[in-house]
Amino acid sequence: MQISMTINGTDVTREIEPRVLLVHFIRDDLRLTGTHWGCDTTNCGTCVVLMDGQPVKSCTVLAAMADGHAITTVEGLANGATLDPVQQGFMEEHGLQCGFCTPGMMLTARALLDHNPHPEPLEIREAISGQICRCTGYATIVRSIQWAAEHPVGATAETTDEEVHA
Amino acid sequence: MTILEDRPSNPAAGDHDRPVGHGRMQRKEDPRFVRGKGHYVDDIVLPGMLHGAILRAPVAHARLVSIDTTEALAHPKVLAVITGSDLQALGLAWAPTLSMDVQAVLVTDKVRFQGQEVAFVVAEDRYAARDALELIQVEYDVLPPVVDARKAMDPGAPVIRDDLEGRTNNHIFDWEAGNKAETDAVFASADVVVTQEIVYPRVHPAPMETCGAVADFDPIDGRLTLYETTQAPHAHRTLFAMVSGIPEHKIRVVSPDIGGGFGNKVGIYPGYILAVVGSIVTGKPVKWVEDRSENLMSTSFARDYIMQGEIAATKDGKILGLRTNVLADHGAFNATAQPTKYPAGFFHIFTGSYDLAAAHCTVTGVYTNKAPGGVAYACSFRVTEAVYLVERMVDILARKLEMDPAELRLKNFIKPEQFPYPNKTGWEYDSGDYEPTMRLSMKMAGYDELRREQKEKRERGELMGIGISFFTETVGAGPRKDMDILGLGMADGAELRIHPTGKAVVRISVQSQGQGHETTFAQIVAEEIGIPPEDIDVVHGDTDQTPFGLGTYGSRSTPVSGAAVALVARKVREKARFIAAAMLETRPEDLEWEKGRWFVKGDPSVGKTIAEIAMGAHGTVALPEGIDGNLDAEVTYDPPNLTFPFGAYICVVDVDPGTGHVKVRRFIAVDDCGTRINPMIIEGQIHGGLTDGVGMALMEFIEFDAEGNCLGGSFMDYLIPTAMEVPDWETGFTVTPSPHHPIGAKGVGESATVGSPPAVVNAVVDALAPFGVVHMDMPCTPARVWEAMQGRTRPPV
Repeated sequence: MQISMTINGTDVTREIEPRVLLVHFIRDDLRLTGTHWGCDTTNCGTCVVLMDGQPVKSCTVLAAMADGHAITTVEGLANGATLDPVQQGFMEEHGLQCGFCTPGMMLTARALLDHNPHPEPLEIREAISGQICRCTGYATIVRSIQWAAEHPVGATAETTDEEVHA
Repeated sequence: MTILEDRPSNPAAGDHDRPVGHGRMQRKEDPRFVRGKGHYVDDIVLPGMLHGAILRAPVAHARLVSIDTTEALAHPKVLAVITGSDLQALGLAWAPTLSMDVQAVLVTDKVRFQGQEVAFVVAEDRYAARDALELIQVEYDVLPPVVDARKAMDPGAPVIRDDLEGRTNNHIFDWEAGNKAETDAVFASADVVVTQEIVYPRVHPAPMETCGAVADFDPIDGRLTLYETTQAPHAHRTLFAMVSGIPEHKIRVVSPDIGGGFGNKVGIYPGYILAVVGSIVTGKPVKWVEDRSENLMSTSFARDYIMQGEIAATKDGKILGLRTNVLADHGAFNATAQPTKYPAGFFHIFTGSYDLAAAHCTVTGVYTNKAPGGVAYACSFRVTEAVYLVERMVDILARKLEMDPAELRLKNFIKPEQFPYPNKTGWEYDSGDYEPTMRLSMKMAGYDELRREQKEKRERGELMGIGISFFTETVGAGPRKDMDILGLGMADGAELRIHPTGKAVVRISVQSQGQGHETTFAQIVAEEIGIPPEDIDVVHGDTDQTPFGLGTYGSRSTPVSGAAVALVARKVREKARFIAAAMLETRPEDLEWEKGRWFVKGDPSVGKTIAEIAMGAHGTVALPEGIDGNLDAEVTYDPPNLTFPFGAYICVVDVDPGTGHVKVRRFIAVDDCGTRINPMIIEGQIHGGLTDGVGMALMEFIEFDAEGNCLGGSFMDYLIPTAMEVPDWETGFTVTPSPHHPIGAKGVGESATVGSPPAVVNAVVDALAPFGVVHMDMPCTPARVWEAMQGRTRPPV
């Protein structure tokens, strides 16, 4: 069957087997290997991508179900050479070690901050509770997302404007 | 969050936004990971690459009657189906394990655990390979399994390893340490003796990335390139040469980015070998990546120790002796990975942090119809089991003596002046100063206030528990005279080259699985040579690019490879002195070192930086006799002893009296790993290990039913903590350098996994004290805690 979707802002159309999982479509057909796979049971969340801005576990979504939708993977987080604050936050606060769960964690964090720019630590923990990290013990992931919340895109410019008006 | 300020190990750090040597700095590997540009085994695609999948046994113990692969071979996308008899013809049906046993690569005679490898399909894509598994017809003659290790040695128990010549039972080994007669005498004269059976159930490392390989055999020049999820690429290369007959110089093992290891990626699994065979048979590269159930059901598990503990003391709380008999369930093949002389790993560090008059342990290993393994999951070669035993026994003794568990520990610690401390089972603890570490953890926790709160809550019927664990580890295996794996000495190499412009590359033999080696090892060189870590590339994970060494596990990277890197940097620094002297037309002994520069004693304005010396070395400077025209060096480091990190952990739990649910409210961890290279990375290692500990104590369990079916074969059943099950960790530290390590560092990667389970269980048992509970085994699930509250504690196996 033929499917079309937007991946990281680019339209793609491909012939696929109807049974192909979105995670395999992204990794094997599109060769975007930043999205990982860690279990078969929707438990670990290493395969999280954003579908129309919402986190989904791409091991439990058929590629065909993404037809007509907009998908964001980790490769679409940065704006050119400028990292998303979430990406910067994970580096600042040591929110990753082996890096395997990191793409999914960062995408969930981006979705969280998009609708809740100033989450409490417990809200962050709830947001990432469908995802497993085996390395970090989560505290530094929470701090990384807090760092991103404190450094939103364009914050520097806004601060300068406020200072000028003051 | 309490994070004490790091000691000023790096005075230069204050002048820069990043350190010149030791100190907190962002990781050099992070930019690629946050962009999704990590490069893991499953990301590798080679031209013409095929995909492999393994058919696994559905039962635990069965004679293989027949395999029919006709239909699978007829699948249009299938190129090969390999069975045990095919391998037998090649002499590859059995492979040596890391414990001098053999393990079936594919079943030829008998299935010995559920999930064992039966056949291997090679197909054009991963879906077709899986489809073809369904088309293989296998007939089994099911046999009664041995599931309970306690019954493995019963007369008449089915003999699992009838493949071994003359084998009539399921016994693997007996091992002991310490002096039995002295220990028995101490116990006979003690005021108080308490005994307890303590079970450390089977758990699994379950890294987020499962195991996998891409094998690429070139039939023209007979060269094998093997991309593998391995923590020990060099050891794997040697073993592959021994098993396959491919000469070692024709084998290149590449371990790219690894998505977590925790000991799961030390052994050589049948899947790796099958990928190689598949590539040889088809003439094309073959990728094999296991799924999560395969990972949990067939790869190296951890623990599975049934321990009979006994502790002896005077009535005023002086601990005199400790003894234990352990029954170790090693599964169907003895495939544990530890130094040859030590079949129970380093379990004999079970004397812990206490000054004992005597100690003795025996360990008996048995076969069962379960997956092989046993030394994994950040266990520091069974130090995990040892620490759990002693720290539970000390708590049980405290209860018996009606003493505070912190007070009992403080009373019995080895004193700082006793180091180096020879314990009663043959270790020499390198350094320690336990009381300040314990006191700091109590201060951070507000220990006395917590006890007051607990008293008030108990009066109201609320269940609050406070658990303490004080651990001492032995990590950094190990001295070649004592330690080898399959005859390979446990040393590690390092090579350092300073390029003409003063930029450096250091090549190491250990393999990061997330520990941040590219950062830490650059920092070690930076500290010694005085050039920024950004100017130093760390090369690892490719046997063609790096010196030989045994790899990363057992917290050995910093103690062994870190020492090698410090020493190779010092070797380069010393060579630089001679070259600088030639450049300055003075004598080497007239030069003095400051970070990054040799200068003339008494005239600091006259000197040469490392970059200038590097250019001189590669340039036209007239070099002294015996000095080559480069600024390179190499070393292989044989550690004189292991390192002995320690720490004090305090866990606070609340137990729901209605459901038995345990909530970890606080966790305070004070660690001492000697010199701290990068405090940020150390804290990350501790946090991760604490989460493992909470997982094992409360949730994680690979359980089997009476037929030998694995009940923990997916993340639906094998529960791992999420962000909701763990608290915000409170960490602190003390610094007691190792006297024999070049920079005073000790291993830290497994400290928290080792040290935290007893703190959690001690807290749960403390919370249940009003019910008269003296001990309960892990995992402290709501159901098991609730049963304990009803007076029905039971072992998990």
